[in-house]
Amino acid sequence: MTLTLSKVAKTFPDGTRALNPTSLEIAEGEILSLLGPSGCGKTTLLRIIAGLESADAGGTLSFNGEDVTRLPVERRKIGMVFQNYALFPNMSVRGNIGYGLKMAGLPRAAIAARVAEVVALCRLEPYADRAITALSGGQRQRVALARAVAPRPRVLLLDEPLSALDAALRTDLRDELAELLRAVGTTAVFVTHDQDEAMAIADRVAVMSMGNMLQIGAPEALYRRPADAFVARFVGNAMPLGGRIEGDRLLIDGAVLPLAQPAHGTTAWVRGEDIALDDAGPLPATVDAVTFLGTHYRIKLTTTGPAPLFSLHHGHSAPRPGDTVRLSIPPHAILTLPAAA
Amino acid sequence: MRIAKALQLTLTLLACAFLLVPTIQSVLAGVTANYFRGLSSGLTLKWVAEVWSLYSGSIFLSIGLALACLVVTTLIGVPAAYALARRPGRGSRVIEEFVSLPLAIPGLALALALLQLYGSLQGFRAHWSFILVGHVLYTLPFMLRAVLAVLAAIDLRSLEESAATLGAGPWRRFIDVVVPNALPGVLAGGLTVVTLSIGEFNLTWMLHTPFLKTLPVGLADSYASMRLEIASAYTLVFFVMIVPLLMAMQWASSRAQRMFR
Repeated sequence: MTLTLSKVAKTFPDGTRALNPTSLEIAEGEILSLLGPSGCGKTTLLRIIAGLESADAGGTLSFNGEDVTRLPVERRKIGMVFQNYALFPNMSVRGNIGYGLKMAGLPRAAIAARVAEVVALCRLEPYADRAITALSGGQRQRVALARAVAPRPRVLLLDEPLSALDAALRTDLRDELAELLRAVGTTAVFVTHDQDEAMAIADRVAVMSMGNMLQIGAPEALYRRPADAFVARFVGNAMPLGGRIEGDRLLIDGAVLPLAQPAHGTTAWVRGEDIALDDAGPLPATVDAVTFLGTHYRIKLTTTGPAPLFSLHHGHSAPRPGDTVRLSIPPHAILTLPAAA
Repeated sequence: MRIAKALQLTLTLLACAFLLVPTIQSVLAGVTANYFRGLSSGLTLKWVAEVWSLYSGSIFLSIGLALACLVVTTLIGVPAAYALARRPGRGSRVIEEFVSLPLAIPGLALALALLQLYGSLQGFRAHWSFILVGHVLYTLPFMLRAVLAVLAAIDLRSLEESAATLGAGPWRRFIDVVVPNALPGVLAGGLTVVTLSIGEFNLTWMLHTPFLKTLPVGLADSYASMRLEIASAYTLVFFVMIVPLLMAMQWASSRAQRMFR
C-alpha cells in the first residue's frame, strides 16, 4: 500500500509545535525508518499515521489514494507495535494474536487458521498457549509483532520496538525483525533513535530533528551524502574539523588539507574511520586517551578544532596518551556541509 | 532459646484464647437450654429455631441488600474508576476525595441527612431501596478505590490504544480490555462492599422501619428485647451465614489475582 502524507503538522493544545508540515510518500512494501533524537517529532508522526493523534487542519493522509485523515484509528486497518508492547495481560498469546481477527468479525475457524500461520511465521509455537506474563522480553516483542500483522494491516507501524530489550538481545532481534518484516511484506514505518537499527532494518531512513524532516534516503546515501551537519552527526557520528574552507582547500591553523572539490563557505566534517595516523600527514594533534575495543582502537585526539576528534585506528599498536601525532584525511572523506540551522 | 519459644507459644495461645473464648461462649450460650443453669441444663437447637422463625426475614433482607449493594457499587464504581484513571489530575483527585467523604462522616449524620431529604417521600422511605441508598453511599468509596488502584497499576492508555489499532471501538475496548484487567480490583472491592453492607449498623439503625430489619439491626433488637439465649443463637446464625460467604468471595478474589500474576 502506498502511504501519502501531505503537509501533515501537529500542534499540541499547549501551543508546542511537535511536527512542522511534512510531506512524504512511502511506496508499497517499503520499510521506512523515522530516525531522530527524543522529542524530534518522530513518534508524533507515527501516531498521526496510526490515527492515535489528529493532524492539524490542512494536512492530509491517504492510504492508496483513499483519504483517511478523519478516519478513527479502529477503522484504519493498521497494525502497530508499541514501545512497551501493550500486550493484553488477560489473554493468552493466541488470544492476543487473534484479537484483531476477532474484531474484524472473522469466523472462528478462519481466526484459528490465521493465528496458527502467524504463530509459525514468528516462531512462537512453543509459547502459543502461554500467558503473556510467562514470556521473556524477546518473546513478547515477537507476540506484539504477530498480533499487529495477523489481521493483514494496510501499514505496519513500529514505535521503538527494540528499545525495551537489553543491549545483547537487541542486536540479535534487530536482524530477526528485519527478516520478519521482509517476510511479511507489508508497508512499514519504524520509529527509532538508534542509527544502527534504522540502517539495519529500513529501505529508506528519514532523519528528523525538532519537528522537521531533514533528509530522507537510502542508508548509504544518508551516510555518504548527508544534507547537513545534523544528519552527518546523527548518522555515523561525524565530527566538526573547524578551520576555514577556501576553494578546494581546508585551512586549519596553517595546516592545509585538500578537498575533493571546491566548497567555499561550508564547514568541514569527518568520521572516525577516515582519520588516519600518518607521520607524513598535514594535521598535528595530541593524543588524549586510547581505548582498546578489540577490532580497533578508539583514540581521542585534540587538535585546534572546535571539538575533540575520535579516530578509529586499526593497527596492532597505538600511540600513548600525551604523544604528539600527525593525521591525514583523504580528500573525499571530508564532508563539506552547510552549518546546521 | 527453648524458653523464648515457649513464651512465644504461650503468648500466641493466650491471644487466641482472648479472641476465641468469648466467641465459643456465645455460641454455646445459643445452644444451651438454660444459660443461667449452664451446660448441665442440656444442649438444644430450640433457640436457633426460634431465631429463624423470628428473624429469617432479616437474614434474607441483609443478603439481598448486600447483593444489590454489590451490583450498584460495581455499576457505578467501575465506570467511575475508569473515568478517573483515564484523566488523572487535580479534578480527578477532588472527585475521588469527595466520593470518599461518607467514610469520614458518622453514619448517623449521613442517615439524618437522607431522612431530612427523602423522609417525606413515603413510598421510598418505607422501601428497602432507601436503606440501599445509604449502604451504597457508605460502600462506594471502597469499590472505587480498589478498582482505581488496580487500573493505576496497569498502562491502561497503551492497552486501549493497542486494542484500538486492532479495530476495537470504545465499547469493545472497555469490555475486552478495561473490565478484565480491573477484575482483581472489582473482586477485592466487592468483598469489602458485601462485608460492610451485611455488618452495617449505624446508618441502617436510623434508616430501618419495623418491617425492614437487617441482620445487625435484628441482633440489636434481640439483645434488647429477647432472652440471652436467643441473642446468642442469633450470633451463631450470623456466623453461619457470613463465614461461608466471605470464604467464597476470598477464594474467588485470590483466584482471579493468581490469574494475572
